[in-house]
Amino acid sequence: MAAKSDPAMLEVAGLTLAFGEHVIQHDVSFDVKRGSIFAIMGGSGCGKSTLLKSLIGLLRPVAGTVRVLGEDYWAASGVRRADLGRGFGVLFQSGALWSSLTVAENVALPMRMFTSLDEASIDLLVRLKLAMVGLDADGGRMPAELSGGMRKRAGLARALALDPEVLFFDEPSAGLDPVTSRRMDNLILDLREGFGATIIIVSHELASLFAIADDGIFLDAGTRTPIAHGAPSVLRDTCGTPVVRAFMHRGASGEARHSGTNDDARN
Amino acid sequence: MRREESHSVVAISGDWIARNGCVDTIDAAVTQIMAQAAEGTEIAFDVAALGRWDSGLIAMLWQLRTAAAGKRAVLQTAALPAAALRLLALLQDCPPQTTVPAVLTGLSTRLGQRALATWTELLAVCALLGDSILHAFGAMRGGSRMQGGDLVDCLRDAGGSALPIVAIVNFLVGGILAFVGAVQLRRFGADVFVANLVGIALVREMAAVMTAIVMAGRTGGAYAAHIATMQGNEEIDALRATGIPVQDYLILPRVLALTATMPLLYLYGCAIGLLGGMTVAIGMLAITPTAYFEQTRAAVSASQFVFGFSKSIAFGALVALAGCHIGLRAGRSASDVGNSATRAVVVGIVGVIALDAVFAICANALDF
Repeated sequence: MAAKSDPAMLEVAGLTLAFGEHVIQHDVSFDVKRGSIFAIMGGSGCGKSTLLKSLIGLLRPVAGTVRVLGEDYWAASGVRRADLGRGFGVLFQSGALWSSLTVAENVALPMRMFTSLDEASIDLLVRLKLAMVGLDADGGRMPAELSGGMRKRAGLARALALDPEVLFFDEPSAGLDPVTSRRMDNLILDLREGFGATIIIVSHELASLFAIADDGIFLDAGTRTPIAHGAPSVLRDTCGTPVVRAFMHRGASGEARHSGTNDDARN
Repeated sequence: MRREESHSVVAISGDWIARNGCVDTIDAAVTQIMAQAAEGTEIAFDVAALGRWDSGLIAMLWQLRTAAAGKRAVLQTAALPAAALRLLALLQDCPPQTTVPAVLTGLSTRLGQRALATWTELLAVCALLGDSILHAFGAMRGGSRMQGGDLVDCLRDAGGSALPIVAIVNFLVGGILAFVGAVQLRRFGADVFVANLVGIALVREMAAVMTAIVMAGRTGGAYAAHIATMQGNEEIDALRATGIPVQDYLILPRVLALTATMPLLYLYGCAIGLLGGMTVAIGMLAITPTAYFEQTRAAVSASQFVFGFSKSIAFGALVALAGCHIGLRAGRSASDVGNSATRAVVVGIVGVIALDAVFAICANALDF
């Protein structure tokens, strides 16, 4: 790893994302400090999840760099990228559990693949991770038997399997009831405090963003570029940009309805 | 790792990184600590020499807490890192695992259940068949919600794009029949009867059966996989909830398409198979193409074609219905998709051959 004094965990500079000719976002730049909770915000269809994909190695950006602890992620070889990726934990929007494995096997698989632990140890760690997300009694069930919220928590337990340094959450509280959503927020805070993990959240759930995020970026669907940087609560109180204000106040100011969302369904 | 005083102090030192294998020693360490700790004692921690840690440390503390609770020992956790305490607070003590006792059943019970399940399955297939026929009549009267475009797509998938593989298989089958026939018949000087052998075998049996088997593997499996994947994505639920009849929208176009294309593919397969037989026969024996052709025409009557043609219609309906039915009954995981594709192919092939046997018996009884 680079021996800088305090390198940002993740540095994104001049990133342009596109599907073919269709540019999703351009000139995206931000740093994520180690141990912080960073929010990627914006209306539906603005390219939040696409940006996330380029950070976790699923979509190569057209231009710009992503540096992980000072190392250029996309310039690295595929093998090196996989190595770096092992330090990432990703919670996908719907959990993305492997449907033919039980919940416990889902959590165990990364450990079986990338560590030389024996079965008893893996079993203990799997129970630990499942207990952390409150699913200790459900390890033997199949993903299809779980509710949406449970699937998300099981996905989180799997993301924690290898004790990642960076955790990515794609809409962690979308589709959850307010109480469960609140519990997810607390869990995210606990994981940050407990493991010292750096956390990047893609979300448009305002309540949870205000409660947990330290820093963030706001992607605009109209201009296809970030238009505000800062903690969500600070943006809510001080940002003068109409689009951001409208978003942060649930459209109450009603000034910028035209560019709040985009026509395409990607988010 | 541990030290004794008036109350026990557990000294935790070094790195506790789960993936480096510290977890392997947890059970032994916890057992040893608890063996040395008296009943109802207090256990404190000394973390002065603790290095880096992750869930490995948490796992050890969790196990220790569970073991201590069993011995009514009290953990003095104040000295532990605040971050570790926060994670520990997330964890409940290991609750006793509640397991459902396995119900033991005798052989006869299982046999009976299996028989009942098979019977139900058979009834379900019959219901699906009847349902499809009713919906097909509905479609003819114009009362169906089947999309014309879907039917065209299915016809293309089950028809035109299957031509190459049907051609290859039937050409080779015709050739093989001619080859085997030629070797045997030459010994009796009955060379020219190779044409009879190839013609009757192909038109009555082989072209229909081989084409159906190819289509069961190719299209029946695809139907099952497609519908099973839709099942997994809750697409079928969405259709039902929207009130779109799965019968009209998904099953009818597939069944109609395969039932319509199978007899056409059969005719095409016959032609290619006869060509294959003729190629081999001309190559091996002293027969002219004209003589072979005339001999075939004399040997194969129109009724043979009718027999093969009607069998193909039945085979097409069977393969399509089996594929759709198995896809609809699939579970929701990725492996269920694979299983249903496998089952659709197996049921399709076995069904085609069994049905062919029934046809053979009936034809024999009716002197057809």
